[in-house]
Amino acid sequence: MSNYETKEHDVVVIGAGGAGLRAAIEAASKGLSVGLVCKSLLGKAHTVMAEGGIAAAMATVDSRDGWQTHFRDTMIGGKYLNNWRMAQIHAMEAPECVIELERWGAVFDRTDDGKILQRAFGGHTYKRLVHVGDRTGLELIRTLQDKGVHSGIDVYMECTISRLLKDDDDKIAGAFGYFREDGRYILFRTKAIVLATGGVGRSFPVTSNSWEYTADGSSLAYASGADLIDMEFVQFHPTGMVWPPGVRGLLVTEAVRGEGGRLTNKNGERFMWKYLPEALKDDYAADVKEADAWVHDTLSGKLKTDYRRPPELSTRDNVARAIYTEVTQGRGSEHDGVYLDISYQPSSRVKKKLPSMYHQFKDLADVDITRGPMEVGPTMHYMMGGIRVDADTAETKVKGLFAAGECAGGMHGANRLGGNSLSDLIVFGRRSGRGAAAYASNLTSLPKISESEIKEAIEELEAPLTRTEGLNPYQLQQRMHEITSTCFGIFRQEADLKKGLDLMEDLKEQIKTVRCSGGKLYNPAWHLCRDLKNLAIAAEAIGRSALSRKESRGAHSRLDFPDTDEDQGHENTSIKKDGDRMQVSKTPLPEMPAELKDLLKKKEATHA
Amino acid sequence: MPEPYNAKIKVYRGDANGGGYKDYSVPVVEGMVVLDAIHYIQRELEPDLAVRWNCKAAKCGSCSAEVNGRPSLMCKTRMEGFARDQEIVVQPIQSFPIIKDLVTDVSWNYEQNKRIQPLTPGKDADWVIYQEDIDRVQEFRKCIECFLCQNVCHVLRDHNCKHAFSGPRFMIRAASLEMHPMDDADRLKFLHEEGGIGYCNITKCCTEVCPEEIRITDNGIIPMKERVVDEYYDPIARFLKRIFAKKK
Repeated sequence: MSNYETKEHDVVVIGAGGAGLRAAIEAASKGLSVGLVCKSLLGKAHTVMAEGGIAAAMATVDSRDGWQTHFRDTMIGGKYLNNWRMAQIHAMEAPECVIELERWGAVFDRTDDGKILQRAFGGHTYKRLVHVGDRTGLELIRTLQDKGVHSGIDVYMECTISRLLKDDDDKIAGAFGYFREDGRYILFRTKAIVLATGGVGRSFPVTSNSWEYTADGSSLAYASGADLIDMEFVQFHPTGMVWPPGVRGLLVTEAVRGEGGRLTNKNGERFMWKYLPEALKDDYAADVKEADAWVHDTLSGKLKTDYRRPPELSTRDNVARAIYTEVTQGRGSEHDGVYLDISYQPSSRVKKKLPSMYHQFKDLADVDITRGPMEVGPTMHYMMGGIRVDADTAETKVKGLFAAGECAGGMHGANRLGGNSLSDLIVFGRRSGRGAAAYASNLTSLPKISESEIKEAIEELEAPLTRTEGLNPYQLQQRMHEITSTCFGIFRQEADLKKGLDLMEDLKEQIKTVRCSGGKLYNPAWHLCRDLKNLAIAAEAIGRSALSRKESRGAHSRLDFPDTDEDQGHENTSIKKDGDRMQVSKTPLPEMPAELKDLLKKKEATHA
Repeated sequence: MPEPYNAKIKVYRGDANGGGYKDYSVPVVEGMVVLDAIHYIQRELEPDLAVRWNCKAAKCGSCSAEVNGRPSLMCKTRMEGFARDQEIVVQPIQSFPIIKDLVTDVSWNYEQNKRIQPLTPGKDADWVIYQEDIDRVQEFRKCIECFLCQNVCHVLRDHNCKHAFSGPRFMIRAASLEMHPMDDADRLKFLHEEGGIGYCNITKCCTEVCPEEIRITDNGIIPMKERVVDEYYDPIARFLKRIFAKKK
């Protein structure tokens, strides 16, 4: 059997994006020994791609804002399927977490009077997104990275975890994995683990996610006995690049629309008015004139505006469906997208507010966004579902296992608002670090791990290298992409979902015999063999959950059940492992306290 | 629609024990970048070809390499930028030890960051910050840590003075803190004695390759050099300092 090295910590955090870094900093601040495992180099996690901003009701720009309004917006955006307590904690704690970042060195854009500037975003009633141009995610991760390296955290870079280990008492005892730089194995012995591994984007072919987003957290947790919830809610970001082919799916920030970007079809029609849900129509500008007046106020730096926002700032699920529908009904642009135009604004302003978009289009698509429109279309962006956690402590059903950020479920319900992801990372990163530290402090010694489980983990990792027959992992990933994109995409129906799930059964068998060449030294094919197992769990969970929800709600759109069904709005779809089978059930939403229910009823939830 | 063609691309394959270039033929589609070509090779020809990448949008700084000798982000380097019959040579960045193929060991850079004192706000900081006072700091904070500046810096690359000079990336990291309006710490001693700012002789190679177009030398290193000179080499300032020190 191959050798492995062993490291011991009180808390191990898996994933080093915003949530993982924040969790590690918090746990270390309690005087514990913390290991932070990152799949890539430190500071490269997908958080860097977040562009628009951090949603936090700081009320620096619009004094009418407060946590109550943020809570309400989040619940409306999530179609009331959110875990109310998570949404409440998130709205209440986001502002202090932003201040914390500023104290640690984040340099946000400012108002004229020297306060933190906030911008408008889809689904947010007031200007609420704290930002730095369109590179807010980079600012967040760099700030936490710099804070982290001075917090006494041990960082394990380019280290991939293949399984979680529990003791005889069924509580978390460690994690096993390997380092990419030389293929050596590592055993982490620990009292508590925080999963902060991000999303599942790579289970789809057109995605804004990088190679890392292979459902590691949800799959590791699922394998350890934790529940997954709401996995049918996959967010397709409405605006990904569609051309050229090499950049298909790459994110075009919602900030373009936040700054006044207009969506049009090939006939030049501003189609978003057609798609506004009847109940929310009053929240948006009545016509082009009012939308233009809103943009004019925004451009002139007026902090508060009496005009309502343009229809382009509807929620993401709605805009994505609208674009998809325009394209499928033949009103799309040359490369099957629609047009997003900001070029009517002064070129210097566009470059100042959207510098990385300007460069992205100029460098990668030869399009100057200050002179003409961009072509955009939906791209798989975010998983609303994930590991079921306790709202206050972020603990999962498995003792000693915590989860935060995109891999955790509940916070965003059926649809996430833009900007609520970065705030989620810092609020629940902090909570999970605190929760894990409290749990670990109560254990007197490291739980025991059986040697035979380690042996099994090594054999599982090495199997693809030793097989003489079997398919190449890249081919298998491509097959999975065909299934997810044709059967589990934006619009779903029973026949497709069933067909996709059947195909997944075959694919799962093929994955069991995946084979790769080369050695253990920095071998991406070998890595993908491991990823496939996790991706398949996510894809199956998406398919099964989608099949079980017989209604359309938020990001989940069923062609055969186009309406939202009140009754199904009171339950989460819950997934758990039952031997070799994936079991789907419905669990009731936690009951919301009366005072929060009242808040949701009020049209104008104002600052208390 | 342009005529389809195959590009000739040479990629360095090897590890710490040595290696060499291998030729590949890659079908080019419109808008393709060098990283796409590397991924094509990985998917279709050599599954174990090692390359770092993440965002594929020039925002994370992972896919640094030298393409036809020019330090570049592969995700930003368009295949159409080369003539159809031109051979495209891709090699790992040269200032850091190779791990495998296009992947190098850049851990030294992470060690440098630990040596720089983080933001240290004064007790009376009011956090009222005006945009014009942070434009420069924000320019430095655009850095995506691709380490291309570290790769071309001749102090690090040709003279291998990693023991004496932290390199341009960490000069601007220090500068971003020194110029932060709420910061109270003094990193000049570090820059002078440990960071080795004196080693930089302003050839501006770092600025030239920065994908974020940060004016590393003009806006970061030179002002820091001036402050260090004022502190350590200005005889009048030193004289005044001694007098004020005595008064205390």
